[in-house]
Amino acid sequence: MNVINVPSSLDDQTFEQVLDQLAPLPADERVLIDARNTTWASPFGLTALLTLAQTRQEKPQFFPPEKDDTASYWSRARFFEYADDLFDIKGRVPSPRTERESGTLLELTPVSRSDDVHTVVERIKDKAAAIITQNLHLESRAVMGFAMTLSEACQNIVEHAGRGGWVAVQNYNYRKRMGRHVVQIAVCDAGVGIRQSLESGNRRPLTERWDDGVALEAAVIQATSRFPEHGRGQGFKGIRGYLNKWQGKLVVRSGTSRVAIVPAWDDDVARRDKISPMPGTQLLIMIPEKVDR
Amino acid sequence: MAPHTIDVCQVLRSTVNQNYGNLLTRDTGMAVRHQIERELASNREGGITSLDFSSIGMMDYSCADEVVAKLLVLLQNDDLTRGGYVVFRGIGEEHLELVESVLKHHGLALVCLCEDGIARLIGRVTEAERRAWDMVRVRGQAVPAELADEFGFGEEIVARVLDDLSRRRLVRRLDRGFMALDASLMVQ
Repeated sequence: MNVINVPSSLDDQTFEQVLDQLAPLPADERVLIDARNTTWASPFGLTALLTLAQTRQEKPQFFPPEKDDTASYWSRARFFEYADDLFDIKGRVPSPRTERESGTLLELTPVSRSDDVHTVVERIKDKAAAIITQNLHLESRAVMGFAMTLSEACQNIVEHAGRGGWVAVQNYNYRKRMGRHVVQIAVCDAGVGIRQSLESGNRRPLTERWDDGVALEAAVIQATSRFPEHGRGQGFKGIRGYLNKWQGKLVVRSGTSRVAIVPAWDDDVARRDKISPMPGTQLLIMIPEKVDR
Repeated sequence: MAPHTIDVCQVLRSTVNQNYGNLLTRDTGMAVRHQIERELASNREGGITSLDFSSIGMMDYSCADEVVAKLLVLLQNDDLTRGGYVVFRGIGEEHLELVESVLKHHGLALVCLCEDGIARLIGRVTEAERRAWDMVRVRGQAVPAELADEFGFGEEIVARVLDDLSRRRLVRRLDRGFMALDASLMVQ
């Protein structure tokens, strides 16, 4: 059995370690995902783990976190509810309690149809308004842009993935980088990915080089869509505009590349190529608390 | 005769069969636009319709692209209302930035009755178009000769700019002269 160790702290950066371990293994090889030593996971970490299971032909075995409060949090985030179908879970997991995590704006929620996007935005809007104005100290007009951002990010699954994915939204104190509150939106799918989506619409730019990185830049930066209509592909442009205004961060990973719109408070790199492959598209959005200087 | 008004939120609820008042997703926008197109087509020739967004909650880019931009493109092409006009109302401050961004992407503009009751031109227009439009709005209606002095470029140029505005459905062409859409709405 191939054991894949989940890092103790699972976020968009450390998730790459999981993919690096999986990369040499064929999709039909049985694996065991070992999260026993994991003590923290971001919304991206949890959504990406579920998505990862979808990419395996053989249902992976899964060891849940040993630490009670970590397992309990994953349960409240509804991770095990969906993981139960996707993994062969070894050991007991806490039953989900009815109370929500205080910072949770949206527990892991499946997205596959347009209706799901409506439900997601409707479920989140009141709490999001409170957190954006009270915790992030942004102006109330930021709430509308937040809903737009969330909706467009989820629609990426509906319009392009070809299969369902998950979304999760969490507000937490981002001590590691800035010691400020952030709201994180994670939207992950294991669908066709951006390069294949553009190819399916015959929208590959006329360049010598064509790979996941070029496709990602075309979609995220140049607003290219697989649909030829003039207004298409503007969702990412809208998201970038919103994040630019509120010093937010955007990361989009697809296939073997990752592009990021990096704000001044972060030191991520704008583009990484030739990283370990992962089918579909994984999207991370972070909106930080505004601090008066 | 009462002006023809379409409550976009009502269309949304009846068309998509959902209780939310949010204009979200391209599918939803397409369904809402198709229903609005049907209602506009049934309006009388050359009439003015007020498209009311005041009960709309959240809005996203894809839906605004379908409901606002594509509708305006069809109007400009005379496809639906055989020369009809649309005045938007109830587009709040919170929606304005998004709607403007959609309009600018397509090179479009619309007339919006704002909360203060004053009509405003939103979207992509030239400085000359904005000036001419504003002069007609202040007067209610005008012929190019009346505006030439204030406009400063002669009657022929004013007439050409107003022609362009009327082709873009931003002022209403009369037998003689041009009329502001908000004034037309009141007359209607």
